[in-house]
Parts: sequence; structure tokens; C-alpha cells
Amino acid sequence: MRAPHGVTLAQGPTRRNLLTAGAGLGAALLATRSVCAADLPPELAVAVLGFARGAPVREGRVALEIAELVENGNAVPVTVSVSSPMTASDHVVALALFNERNPQRDVFSARLGPRSGRARVSTRIRLATSQKLVAVARMNDGSCWSRSVDVIVTLAACIEGDG
Amino acid sequence: MARTLINLPPAPKQGDVIEVRTLIAHPMESGYRPGADGKVLPRDLIRRFSCLYDDGTSREQVFQAELHAAIAANPYLTFPLLVTGAGTLTLVWEGDNGFTQTESVALRLG
Repeated sequence: MRAPHGVTLAQGPTRRNLLTAGAGLGAALLATRSVCAADLPPELAVAVLGFARGAPVREGRVALEIAELVENGNAVPVTVSVSSPMTASDHVVALALFNERNPQRDVFSARLGPRSGRARVSTRIRLATSQKLVAVARMNDGSCWSRSVDVIVTLAACIEGDG
Repeated sequence: MARTLINLPPAPKQGDVIEVRTLIAHPMESGYRPGADGKVLPRDLIRRFSCLYDDGTSREQVFQAELHAAIAANPYLTFPLLVTGAGTLTLVWEGDNGFTQTESVALRLG
């Protein structure tokens, strides 16, 4: 079948179109699966994905309370909370906090359960420099939720001595 | 024995969710910091904290945390607890160099 200008008319979607559409769909699926990990520096993403045990980490449900401008990195109050009913059928199993630029990525991890009644943990942490913090919660159904915050530190916690 | 502070609300009721606040005196030496002689001070951290709750019917672990070098000196930690009865909370801190400390505190209902 010939079109007036000698171009073959497409009968429905061509194979090339289908292939590119398929590749695009795959890429889109991958992008939603690791929406959080994609934005993170690689070392931090590895720590977060390790905690998630292969589950997709989605943004939301977790709140990370910390001062955005930290004057003293030696003891920074931080609170991680998760919106969850904390019932036997729907609760937070574990939550963890990771950092980007301290010597180690881990800050703390905690195990919770229905007997916690609420998912909210506070502590005080050290920050070596201005950086990104990521809180991740793992639910009893295996799904993972996260929240990241950038903080600016004016006086760093000591890594290189008091001098 | 390190000094500890444990704070519970004065008179919680059955079914309340309370916040247990804890603090322990400990240097949390990170292992990354040189001392006065320029040598890196050896790591001395509290690695693990857990809470057992005996509410009169069962004795279960209700909270556990793993701490790392990024936790500030004199670790302060608060965690939530659903009050299921009057009883005892047993708090355990464990760390490097064989550090362990156990404190028990009575939970009285209002």
C-alpha cells in the first residue's frame, strides 16, 4: 500500500514504536521503584537500600525533625516519627537514620512494634559537616518509607581533634 | 557504673502511649578523633540499647536500638511505649570493651 508521496503507511503501531514504548515504560517503572535512591549519593543509597531489604523506598509517611541550621554539630537533637496506627496488623517494624558525610553512614536503627503504641524516637547526634540525612521506616508488610532533610552545620563535630 | 537518668510520666493510665526518656553518661568515643598526643583514641561506644517490659502478664522486649559513632556523647534516647499494666521496665545498655549496664524502673499507673 503506497501513500501519495511514496511513504509506507503505518498499520497500527510499528515494531519500532512498540519497542521504544516498552523501553520507556521499563525506565518509568524503574524510576518509580527507586525514586528515593536515585536522588541520593551512591554510598548513602547503598545504606538505605540495605535497610529496605530490596523493597522500593517511597517518599512519605516519615517525619524527620531537626534544625536546618545547626550551630553545634556535637549534639544535634533529632526526632524521627512515622504516621502509622501501630496495630498488630499495621505497624512499623524498624526505623533507621542515615547520614551522608560523617565517617560512617549509620546513625541509629531502632526496632518497634505494636507495643510501642506510636512510632516516634528522639536522640542527639553528631554531624561532621553540612549534609543530607535520610530517615527510613520499614513496615510489617515490608514496604519502606523515607524522608530526607538537608542540614547546614556551622560548628562541626570533632573528627580531626580539638585543635 | 555510669550514671543514668530515666524519666517516665508520673501517672499513666492503662492504654496510654507514653514516652520513656533515657540518658546515660558515656563518652561515645567515635574512634575517629585524635587525643592530646595526636594518636587516634580507640573506639568506645554504646552499641545497643534495649527495653524489656514486664507488665504483670508477660515479659517482652518492647524496644531495641543499635547506636553508631554518630550518636552524641552521653546518649539520650526516647522511645514510645503502650502501657498495658503496672510493672517494671528493664533498660539495658551494651557496648564496646564489655560495657553493660542494666537499670530497672517501676511503672506505676495513675
